[in-house]
Amino acid sequence: MSTLAPSPAGRVGAAVSRTAADGPSLSYWIGFALVVGALAASPVVLPEFWQRFATEILIWGLLAMSSDLLIGYTGMVSFGHSAFFGLGMYGAATALLWAPRGGALASMWNVTPKLWAAMAAGLVAAAIVAVFVAYFSTRLRDIYFSITTLVFSQIFYVIIFTWTDVTGGENGLTFRQPPFEIPGLLSVRFSRNGLHWFVLAVVAGSYLLLRRITQSPFGMVLQSIRENEGRTRAIGYHVERYKIVSVMLSGIFAGLAGVLYALQNKFAAPDFVLFLISGEAVIFNVMGGMGTLVGPVAGAAFFLLMKEVFSRVFYEYYLIPVGVIFMLMVVFMPQGLLGFWRRQLNH
Amino acid sequence: MPFDQILVQIVNGLVNGMILALVASGLTLIFGIMDIVNFAHGDLFMLGAYMGTTVYLTTGNFWLALAGSVLGMAALGALLQVTALRPLVGRDPLTTILATFGLSLVIQNYALWQYGPVPRKLTEPVTGHFALFYVEYPWYRILIAVLSAAMIGALYLFMKYGKHGIWIRATTQDRVMAEAMGIPVPWVHTVVFAIGAAMAAASGVLFGPLVGINHAMGFDFTLKAFVVVVVGGMGNLAGSILASIFISLLESLASIWVSPAQAIIVSFVALILTLLFRPTGLFVPTPK
Repeated sequence: MSTLAPSPAGRVGAAVSRTAADGPSLSYWIGFALVVGALAASPVVLPEFWQRFATEILIWGLLAMSSDLLIGYTGMVSFGHSAFFGLGMYGAATALLWAPRGGALASMWNVTPKLWAAMAAGLVAAAIVAVFVAYFSTRLRDIYFSITTLVFSQIFYVIIFTWTDVTGGENGLTFRQPPFEIPGLLSVRFSRNGLHWFVLAVVAGSYLLLRRITQSPFGMVLQSIRENEGRTRAIGYHVERYKIVSVMLSGIFAGLAGVLYALQNKFAAPDFVLFLISGEAVIFNVMGGMGTLVGPVAGAAFFLLMKEVFSRVFYEYYLIPVGVIFMLMVVFMPQGLLGFWRRQLNH
Repeated sequence: MPFDQILVQIVNGLVNGMILALVASGLTLIFGIMDIVNFAHGDLFMLGAYMGTTVYLTTGNFWLALAGSVLGMAALGALLQVTALRPLVGRDPLTTILATFGLSLVIQNYALWQYGPVPRKLTEPVTGHFALFYVEYPWYRILIAVLSAAMIGALYLFMKYGKHGIWIRATTQDRVMAEAMGIPVPWVHTVVFAIGAAMAAASGVLFGPLVGINHAMGFDFTLKAFVVVVVGGMGNLAGSILASIFISLLESLASIWVSPAQAIIVSFVALILTLLFRPTGLFVPTPK
């Protein structure tokens, strides 16, 4: 989205010299610690309803961050993130419901820590789908990329919806929440707070990882693809390969968000593969500010908060006012809520 | 596989293809002239159908419902273009996807709020049937195909010979030059969006009697119209009409063997193959 970025060439160049030299500043880390600290304290101080709300914001925030890697950093608007998110959910659910009968496999499976197995399965499922989608969709640019990703997510939706034997069709899959396990050390059931802290740890870790990715030389190439694809290719970078890896990474993080959501709610349902989820991921990005990683999380929080407030006035039609606000933001505030921090957040 | 079943599905495919062509030609027109990927096009189709039911309830006449819905949606389309899309002219085409996506959410939920979740039905003006092999085929479906073809034909003639049609084509070719020649380009944009919305409304009303009208039916058509517009070559009117028929035939024939829900995948695969091997579109001459 080249028109949205401030002074193309200078920004990328400046970022390269800065991160390579000294990494993020002290004030950045203080801010990061404060936010994580506040989020960690939130389940203790907030009433029960808002507790759950905070956990959801983190999960949807992770989905938003994953699509920011594509939208904000590589300049490709994906309308197909629901496929990765949904496959993460179904991967985790299938692993938790899987029970091999007899033999060495069963005895091995019985001692496998289920939580980690479910997360691994969800990530693998999302990654496989991401490779497939990335291979085809990255050959196309701009709106063609958007349409292709949208079509792929619809294909997976139809498959999941109609393949009733494996996916449970319209009813989806329900399962018991696995305990939190560290092999050989402990195994405890998730309390509500425990789940929140677990999600917070995963999301904060993913944020740091994504930040590292976007600030690495690899991330700089992605940003230069966003600013000027032709020139990046002319310099000698294999643009298609970078795009494929970018879609795959983005898909894996979206899958992780799906796994967390499945663990929180103890089900996987076809509704979460439907394109509306992809649309919401894009909304989070636009509202919060593309290309900042933190912005999309703020966008997710803003969207969910508006959903909460407006559904008290408009009931299930809350998307009317939210849609109008979204359109106004597209027209008048394309940099989003945290767009003005873009420079600071990317140092 | 019984031969007559294939023939019936071919007729079905042609009829569905003509409705889709009417939707897709509006989308093509809008994309070709304004570079706007109208995510809300299917929702204009859906809202047009609902508007038809409103007029039908008060007047009891199907043709009045068609005319009322077309005029109403043209006015609404012009209003939407001026308020929501005109500020985005000259920005990245991707921002127009975002804006029209927001529009789609608003329209869908407005329809749900206004008309409720229970599907509504329009009564067809022609109820006769004729024998087509083993089925009694309704004349109304044939009428839809003919009317759709007539409307697309009228659009073609207007674009080719009408003064304002020539303005539209000039704007497509070179926006800056058209403006320099005194063509009011911003208003051309508004009128084109209104025409697109009106065509979506017309197809919505015509399609109404075949299914229950509900607030979510637009999305399917948005998706199908996208597929068609890309397969036919973005911004190419004749290409998207041929592609509509091609895709609908594929889906109809596929639904002999698999469920209709799965038949959609066939058209998606056609889209992906087109994008990979002939991204300029199937039904356009190879660009030099």
